[in-house]
Amino acid sequence: MLDVAIEKQLAHFTLHMSFQAADEIIVLFGPSGSGKTTVLNCIAGLTNPDEGHIRLNQRALFEAEGKTLPIQKRHIGYLFQDYALFPHKTVWKNIAYGMKNESLVLDLMRELRVEHLQQHYPQQISGGEKQRVALARALATAPDLLLLDEPFSALDDKTRERSHAELLRLHRMWKIPVILVTHAKQEAEKLGDRILYMEEGALQSNLPK
Amino acid sequence: MIMPDVNISPLWLSFKTAAIATVIVFIIGVFLARVMARNHFFGKSVVEAIFMLPLVLPPTVVGFGLLVIFGKNGPLGSILETVFDMQIVFQWNAVLIAAVVVAFPLMYQSATAAFQQYDANVEKAAYTMGASKWRVFWTISFPIAWPGLLSGLVLTFARALGEFGATLMLAGYIPGETNTIPLAIYFEVQAGNTEVAAFWVIIIIALGFSAILWLNWWSKRNMMRYKSNSR
Repeated sequence: MLDVAIEKQLAHFTLHMSFQAADEIIVLFGPSGSGKTTVLNCIAGLTNPDEGHIRLNQRALFEAEGKTLPIQKRHIGYLFQDYALFPHKTVWKNIAYGMKNESLVLDLMRELRVEHLQQHYPQQISGGEKQRVALARALATAPDLLLLDEPFSALDDKTRERSHAELLRLHRMWKIPVILVTHAKQEAEKLGDRILYMEEGALQSNLPK
Repeated sequence: MIMPDVNISPLWLSFKTAAIATVIVFIIGVFLARVMARNHFFGKSVVEAIFMLPLVLPPTVVGFGLLVIFGKNGPLGSILETVFDMQIVFQWNAVLIAAVVVAFPLMYQSATAAFQQYDANVEKAAYTMGASKWRVFWTISFPIAWPGLLSGLVLTFARALGEFGATLMLAGYIPGETNTIPLAIYFEVQAGNTEVAAFWVIIIIALGFSAILWLNWWSKRNMMRYKSNSR
């Protein structure tokens, strides 16, 4: 269970965000620049809120009045919009980077249909493959929570459809909270168990038409 | 060409100086570039301009500045003299200091560019996977930046090897002590030993040329592997 209640001053507005997530897919939906990625960054620990708290399974990740848990100890998988694969490491080494037990790398690769790419470098594989490798890498540390920042925006329509189905399948298997950021309404409605619509850093009660 | 009767001590001296200066400049340059690339503070542009200053100033001006700082009555010179009984001016130390100072901007500039050219998210991704700052630096940042760092390394070595003006100001020309190849060339010409000077000129050209040739070859060979391709 993820529990977020934060406030953060941004350049043009103040971000106010408060929600809870069980083992479901929560979609953060809204126009570009509405603060969606900042919410993910606060949860992951890449930046800190000014006020409030973030708790994951009763563990305090951030408390305005207390200690802030460093990124490395949060057990959160983060899939970046540009995937951020390590360009100098093979697919295998990308996925194994955070793993204590390398024997599980192959299972994970099979699960995401990238086992044939083990010895390839990121620049040698397609966009859809990069996305799956990045997802495998985010799951490799067995995280308690998965953050996905516009993970499908760089894919063509056909690959995107497939990736949507894959995410839903993986989520049924892993049963952890997933926070997915998107600005595509159709995608939000298709994937989200719940949709949180954001504008200028605040939750809106109604989705736009 | 008939080999002139040459004392080859300048070769050894130049090589030793350039090699040690390169190691020092590499460590300081990479460290400062790394710190500056990830931190923003008031007056950062001024600090960076100071770092780059030795590149644009005439070496004699750099030498004059170093003479003021490291001279017997200078702020650092007097401390080194009284505390460590160590003299800088007209010693080999002076050759090294001059080489470090004039070569530093080249390394700093290359390292800054190398740390800025890749996607900072790769480091963030590594942190989310539990890696410490130290591990991220050695396994992610450093290897990705390495081609840029290496070119800085070669330029640093070449610049340190060719340093003349600041060295002459700070270290003078003391045979066996501070007579690097560039100084030897100048003083051999002054003494009318054109053949000896020509010998050193050929050596310097050969060294500089092969360093750049090797770097180009190495970069081409490794381009495929290192070429980052975000999407």
